[in-house]
Amino acid sequence: MMICRLLLAGSLGMSAGIASEVSYNRDIRPILSDNCFACHGPDEKHRKADLRLDTFDGATADKDGLRALVPGDPAKSELWARLNSPDEDEVMPPPKSHKTVTATQKTALRQWIEQGAKYEKHWSFVPLAPVKVPEVKHADWPRHEVDRFVLSRLEREGLAPSPEATRETLIRRATLDLTGLPPTLAEVDAFLADTSPGAYEKVVARLLKSPHFGERMAVDWLDAARYADSNGYQVDRDRELWPWRDWVIKAFNDNQRFDQFTIEQIAGDLLPNATLEQRIATGFNRNHMLNEEGGIIADEFLAEYTADRVETTAAVWLAQTFNCCRCHDHKFDPFTAKDFYSMKAFFHNTSEKGVGNYSNPIRVNAPPFVKLPAPEIEAKIAGLNGEMKAVNDQLVALAGSSGAGLDDWAQRVAAATVKWETLELIKAEGGDAPPHIASETRTLEAGPQETRANNIKVTARLPAGHFTALRLEFATNVSAAAFQWSEFKVNLPADEGAKVTALALRGIVAGESLAGAETIKLLDNDRKTRTGLSATPASPVQSVFELVTPLVIAAPSEIEIEIGVENANGPSRWRVFATDIEAELLAPSSVVTIAKKESVMRTDAERKQLAEFRLSQQPEHRKLTDQLSALKTKIAAAEGEIPTTLVMDEMKEARPTFVLLRGAYDKTGERVTAATPAVLPALAGGEPRNRLGLAKWLVSPQNPLTARVAVNRLWQQVFGAGLVKTSDDFGAQGAPPSHPELLDWIALEFIRSGWDMKHLMTLMVTSATYRQQSQMTPLLRERDADNRLLARGARFRLMGEFVRDQALATSGLLVEKIGGPSVKPYHPPGLYEQVAAGSGYNVYVPGKGDDLHRRSLYTYWKRSVPNPAMLAFGTPFRESCTLQRPRSNTPLQALNLMNDETYIEASRFLAQRMISDGGSGAEAQLTHGFRLVLSRAPKPEELSVLQRAYARSLADFQKDATAVKSLLSIGGKQTEPGKVTPELAALTTVASTLFCLDETVTKP
Amino acid sequence: MIEQPSLHLPRRQFLGRASIGLGSAALASLLNPRLFAESASHFAPKAKRIIWLTQAGAPSQLDLLDYKPGLASMFDKDLPDSVRGEQRLTGMTAGQKRFPIAPSVFKFAQYGKSGMWMSELLPHTAKLADEICVIRSLHTEAINHDPAMTLLQTGHQIGGRPSFGAWLSYGLGTENENLPAFVAMISRPSGPTNAQPLHERMWGPGFLPAKYQGVRFTPTKNPVLYLSNPDGITRERRRAMLDDLGELNRLTLAEYQDPETQNRIDQFEMAFRMQASVPELADLSQEPASIFERYGPESKKPGTYAANCILARRLAERGVRFIQLYHRGWDQHNNLPGGIRSQCYDTDQPTAALLTELKERGLLEDTLVIWGGEFGRTVYSQGTLTKDNYGRDHHPRCYSIWMAGAGVKRGHVFGETDDFSYNIVKDPVHIHDLNATALQQLGIEHTKLTYRFQGRDYRLTDVHGEVVKGVLA
Repeated sequence: MMICRLLLAGSLGMSAGIASEVSYNRDIRPILSDNCFACHGPDEKHRKADLRLDTFDGATADKDGLRALVPGDPAKSELWARLNSPDEDEVMPPPKSHKTVTATQKTALRQWIEQGAKYEKHWSFVPLAPVKVPEVKHADWPRHEVDRFVLSRLEREGLAPSPEATRETLIRRATLDLTGLPPTLAEVDAFLADTSPGAYEKVVARLLKSPHFGERMAVDWLDAARYADSNGYQVDRDRELWPWRDWVIKAFNDNQRFDQFTIEQIAGDLLPNATLEQRIATGFNRNHMLNEEGGIIADEFLAEYTADRVETTAAVWLAQTFNCCRCHDHKFDPFTAKDFYSMKAFFHNTSEKGVGNYSNPIRVNAPPFVKLPAPEIEAKIAGLNGEMKAVNDQLVALAGSSGAGLDDWAQRVAAATVKWETLELIKAEGGDAPPHIASETRTLEAGPQETRANNIKVTARLPAGHFTALRLEFATNVSAAAFQWSEFKVNLPADEGAKVTALALRGIVAGESLAGAETIKLLDNDRKTRTGLSATPASPVQSVFELVTPLVIAAPSEIEIEIGVENANGPSRWRVFATDIEAELLAPSSVVTIAKKESVMRTDAERKQLAEFRLSQQPEHRKLTDQLSALKTKIAAAEGEIPTTLVMDEMKEARPTFVLLRGAYDKTGERVTAATPAVLPALAGGEPRNRLGLAKWLVSPQNPLTARVAVNRLWQQVFGAGLVKTSDDFGAQGAPPSHPELLDWIALEFIRSGWDMKHLMTLMVTSATYRQQSQMTPLLRERDADNRLLARGARFRLMGEFVRDQALATSGLLVEKIGGPSVKPYHPPGLYEQVAAGSGYNVYVPGKGDDLHRRSLYTYWKRSVPNPAMLAFGTPFRESCTLQRPRSNTPLQALNLMNDETYIEASRFLAQRMISDGGSGAEAQLTHGFRLVLSRAPKPEELSVLQRAYARSLADFQKDATAVKSLLSIGGKQTEPGKVTPELAALTTVASTLFCLDETVTKP
Repeated sequence: MIEQPSLHLPRRQFLGRASIGLGSAALASLLNPRLFAESASHFAPKAKRIIWLTQAGAPSQLDLLDYKPGLASMFDKDLPDSVRGEQRLTGMTAGQKRFPIAPSVFKFAQYGKSGMWMSELLPHTAKLADEICVIRSLHTEAINHDPAMTLLQTGHQIGGRPSFGAWLSYGLGTENENLPAFVAMISRPSGPTNAQPLHERMWGPGFLPAKYQGVRFTPTKNPVLYLSNPDGITRERRRAMLDDLGELNRLTLAEYQDPETQNRIDQFEMAFRMQASVPELADLSQEPASIFERYGPESKKPGTYAANCILARRLAERGVRFIQLYHRGWDQHNNLPGGIRSQCYDTDQPTAALLTELKERGLLEDTLVIWGGEFGRTVYSQGTLTKDNYGRDHHPRCYSIWMAGAGVKRGHVFGETDDFSYNIVKDPVHIHDLNATALQQLGIEHTKLTYRFQGRDYRLTDVHGEVVKGVLA
């Protein structure tokens, strides 16, 4: 008994009150798992001495006359001998493993062997069975069953629960927990005034109906699902998956049953007559990162994405660390690499490519995806299609009238000699490094270009004369050069006082120059459409532009040429030419060749080609084709506006799936088919062996893990830590439950209630356990500093999202719109440029208006450079599944709260509320501000600090009008000039102090 | 007034609660960083800090540190299949029909008493040949930048694990109470090269608490994010506000007796100290002109590699544990000679100046300096090869880096590659081995610095890593 105490005092939460009987699950497995199983456990390949200690049969097997365990007899047990051997070569665990079994652990092992070395199935794999709710001495304390489990344990420990928290604390706590927002003052006052017995329960019921409930619940689920707005990896461009995020919020608000919630996210597309909503739900499994880096191997990343799905599924629903089995059988838990790849087979049949497509415009999703209904945009597209048809009809009509004067024109084309004059280049600038002009050859020499959205500008001199077209030549002196050309402009410099004139240009084809489909991209004022030039020394690239209005120049004049560049992998050489030939005589080589033939010698096809080209030169035809291309651009743009969202689909033929040796994508082992892990109950007969079958298996009542895992995570959300502290690991290396019977009772209650999440939340937040005050006492600090026994309320820092949301809400800035595309609130400038790829496109442009003040779960999440304020508060990168955020407390959080524009602006608006709604006089206003933030009135000693702070600041600001103006102009939303006063500045600093308070950022 | 409860919480208990699952070594270190070095540490440490000069994008070993004279006569010959073996190729050269050998266009010579071969691209580093230890046999598995850089920084190709600096910050804590233990700085190349993107995870905390993450210094008015007070708030006003805040927070502490409240009070005070110490640190205006001359012309421009090297020295002087510089732009798939010249212009002189200064100030004795990238580059040309121009693709099988200071051999070359710098023929060093070695110099047995996450005790070196004794003096 004495021994037991000693032993168990060390493992917190497991302490006294247990019988002298040692429990394998509770007391022994953790010791063996930590110290022995890595070499003597489930992993057959790495098992040493062919000995396994994780099963009774293995541990008691006869090995050359020795047995690791002889039940009842430590002296004969080799395990005991090895544990205590003085010989370095004999002792276990071996010294080089750096593992040690402590004296108390040894005593426990000895006692366990003496008691017969009984093994138990690992607790989390034991099927759920009805639990008896314990009797308690203080029967008046419990409000329902949850409390009886908690109290019974406290009574065994000789501890008493804490008193109930104040009503202000209760409403603030419950509102933060259920909505992620603080209560309004009206809500606080209503609750304080409602003295009826069920007043608190009414508040809870109201909160569960709030649309903010879904927003609060979604945050943890987004961590689990690794939701982000960018693809991750090196290139990390945008993706569109927010409709899935909105689906999650709605599912929580609709109180969708957790089993259905699971089925739709894993296999919504496979449900009979799947709805669009159900397909959107499958975005869960597309949240993983996607690599768009040039040069990656698709198979390697398909292996990565599918592994991510297996690991995420195992973690979220089973709390098992499957990542271990990707390379080998699990060292501690009974899962094999074959289990891992059999699970992978469920997720391996989606029509994904494995790599992204970097040449796609940004934001275009990688298939498979679905379009969302967008009736307005679709109507617009239909209208544009109608217009396009009308223009096409006119073009057809016009074609019928061509042919007149064709031969005459052809003769002139055939006879024409096109003279191109090389223009003198005067100066050049722009690009990544200053370009050089080689005067002798009239050539512009530019180096490689890395900066996107850059311009090279060159000034050329036109001699006196009449000009109809310009030609640009792109050449190189290295073996091969490529140039991403996005824009082209020619300006006539302004005479004094006049504006710069941009010359109207039309891309045409003359000789072997670039096709019209390419030159049009240079003239569309859109840097995203680019022409890729590639030249070798022997083959430069030409592009020709007709001057829509021929240029007549009396004396030599300068023109400015602007070449928009996105990238160039090597040096380039440019020359500029001009011609005075009539523009209608400029034609592609193929047309000139036909024109040179005798009329009668032309084939029908050639005659047609000639006629079509001639027609394309006609003003009326040009007008119509211009209209047509403008319409096409509009339609493409409108189609781009239709939101899409990533989904899962199922290919008709399943991809073959193999065990990958040591996890390497290119080292295949045994072929496997879709199957659930062997150690768990089998997939029900008749269920399909696809994702739908898997989803149903996960939420089958026979599955011992899912309900326990799900309720434990909700418990963690409310109480700060799960009943199983390692909420992401229910395996042998995880922590055992602090209240095993309670965990099982709630899990069963969850299933019984129809997987009703709101019921479960109600159960927790209405418990007496939840309602306790969170003050620490010397006794509790000594006995249970981590509050594993739940003798007080949970007190912990709010998640970063809610710290910000709270400031927005209390200052009145919060925009309460639910859902929609992610938004870009304030952000320190320059972050993306320093870290992310290139520059130009990769710039964070903060949103405007409402976008600045939306709830934080709508903040745009870029995986390579996540929002720095959230990161400082420990929001995960969202690169992989996270089920537990480490909580930390850092100077960066302090700096953020003190100095971020977000909080300075919110402080100003909170101060305005103090003035407008707080009544007259500093005391009333300060009290009002304090209550808005903390839902309670300040105590006298607190008020006196606030008053002193206010008086000091006021006196200070009255002498410094500049500071008042500066401080009060921070943030996007302005204060009316008449309200910019020293009083407001002084209250703003007090408000900022309130936002920095420990109590403010902490759940009470 | 109200009764003041005992605020002197047992420190061990406070730490125990604040840091779930700390390894005992790491816990001890937080109790007293110096104690760790003396009693709880696994060895007597040679190094107190690391300066990691990360050359992002992968510098070509063939043009800098791994001299292959035999290649000169093999210009444009095909790389023998037997050399290439089954090495997988990136999607960028997998479609290439030929793998023509591209000898370096740069001249190599021997430097120092050690006679170390170095290329003309590194004239300043070459003068310090007798100070450094070049490893020519480093290798990795990854062939693309993101996974390779993540492996180099965190010991794993896929994100989610703590970076080296975070491990160190967790294991050894800080030596300066006014500055973070782990600082990262990024410079962009001055030349027009392809700057590889980085990723916050490379100096991230992984599964460790956020307080261990690298704090990024930027060349802006806010060297650390959110450092500056808003316009209208002076340092005096901030002090006064923090006094109010402290007073209110102490009332909360008295009521709730939550150690986290005390911790929060401390963090606000640390923030206030950082508001003074960081600008003082980042302000190079007091550095004499001779310093800027030594670090070269770029050093006067904030945010350049040269300016960051001066900052690195200042950080080292102030006891920052892990100083990580990134210089981007080494990814020369084409036009390598031009690109690498520009990169060496940016980095060679400042690197040498940093090393020299550390030595002069006695800091090199306990500062481990590491210079290198995430993988090497191929001997064969990517794209068309001419006499004076070529590109090189990614090459994971071998590459060169160097280390210096803190008990590392001086004027030494470790490891050897074949005639093509394609395969290692002697003394291979994996990134895990490099990390194990660096940890050992800091007094840490790499297998003992662990953190339990999802049921497993994780390490920087995963389940690998052997200390490379051959590079240690």
